[in-house]
Amino acid sequence: MPTPSRAWREFPQRYRLEAGKCKKCGAVSFPPRLVCPVCGWREFTKTKLAENGKVLTYTIIRVPPHQFADQAPYAVAIVELSDGVKVTGQVVDCDFDKIKIGLRVKFEFRKMYSEGEAGVIYYGYKFVPA
Amino acid sequence: MHGIVGYGAYIPRNRIKVEEIAKVWGADAPSYKKGLMLEEKSVPSPDQDTITMSVEASKNALRRAKINPADIGAVYVGSESHPYAVKPSGTVLAEAIGATPDVHTADLEFACKAGTEGLFLVLGLVKAGEIKYGLAVGADTSQGAPGDALEYSAAAGAAAFIVGKENVLAETIETYSYTTDMPDFWRREYQYYPRHGGRFTGEPAYFKHIIGAAKGLMAKAKIKPIDLNYVIFHQPNGKFPLRVGEILGFRKEQILPGWLVSKLGNTYSGSSPLGLTATLDISKPGDMIMIVSYGSGAGSDGFIFKVTRRIQEARDLAPKTRDFLDKNKNYLEYGVYAKFRGKIRKAE
Ligand SMILES: [Zn+2]
Repeated sequence: MPTPSRAWREFPQRYRLEAGKCKKCGAVSFPPRLVCPVCGWREFTKTKLAENGKVLTYTIIRVPPHQFADQAPYAVAIVELSDGVKVTGQVVDCDFDKIKIGLRVKFEFRKMYSEGEAGVIYYGYKFVPA
Repeated sequence: MHGIVGYGAYIPRNRIKVEEIAKVWGADAPSYKKGLMLEEKSVPSPDQDTITMSVEASKNALRRAKINPADIGAVYVGSESHPYAVKPSGTVLAEAIGATPDVHTADLEFACKAGTEGLFLVLGLVKAGEIKYGLAVGADTSQGAPGDALEYSAAAGAAAFIVGKENVLAETIETYSYTTDMPDFWRREYQYYPRHGGRFTGEPAYFKHIIGAAKGLMAKAKIKPIDLNYVIFHQPNGKFPLRVGEILGFRKEQILPGWLVSKLGNTYSGSSPLGLTATLDISKPGDMIMIVSYGSGAGSDGFIFKVTRRIQEARDLAPKTRDFLDKNKNYLEYGVYAKFRGKIRKAE
């Protein structure tokens, strides 16, 4: 389980899909990186990804990491956003037999998991049918 | 001119019918349906709470306002179901919409009127010129104790309003508040479910405060019931808002566009604010709209708005409230509802 400090560093990407755009070649990295995987440059500008996309592929998780135990079974998809960036996220509020490759989905802000009844609640993006 | 520049709603897609709850407790569903005018209510998914719904409603308000979120100078979340006892909901919301760090944030609580309290505050701050834009949200994922009358109505939803001075879609004509001390509904620290004063919640509480606020507001604005196109009153059940409207001299046609409760339930801090979003969805330039909230404890906030021409382009920029209410519903059985709402005791 990540510590609150590590999770906190990821708030911009998890809360509002903030990505890094390479100042040299323009490649968009999500999650943001320190070094551009295309050209090796180290300077980025912040950019916000699109909130709509379609399912490229998906799987149903039945044996989850322990912090997600209450949520299983759940669907995880690779979603191609309308700006071409691919991100991984849960698809929720959707029966498994309705999830298909090509399904149009959109961003929704949800609880990811919490550290028991007394710990921090972590929020971030999931996808729902558009 | 100052007023609403953007508004947004969010209602979860899960529903449970009155019959499904009544079946479990051996209660008489037809008497609830007829007596309280309730048919079904919204239920949040397990990964939804006041914060997640506030973010969705606020993003819909931003879509209509078409402003830079960094220009929002105040973010207030009104709720009686803030996920944390200590740690603000408003900071998560402000971060999620990109309003941080140049912003004032506070969580508000006042039973079912916490949402309109935020609206009252941001209208004042904007009018005074202290901030360019302010965001006020009313949101709740309320719980009624299993088997209690409140379980048939306690629902989930959120409404958000962005207030400013430019590109206003509904101009503020007048505001007014009416408050007394009244022990009609409460929840003590560490208690999971609220308690209420039964029939005491009606006449001296709901009716007295809404009537006091509505009359005071109309007198202050020099407006009569006939001058208003639409009115929204807090909706703890279907009957109360229709009855209080009748007492004040309003026709059903003035009330029904914002009357969502029979299919939505009582969304507490989101209740009358969601009624306002549904009314704005169908309003025309020049329409006069009055909203009066009610929060146990007790008080009512009243507002009169005049709709401007900007409503015509703004309303289609985000999903309509009735679409959230009527489309894409997922009906739950009581067992799944109890699991979703954390009413089932599990092993540690
Ligand atoms: Zn590069």
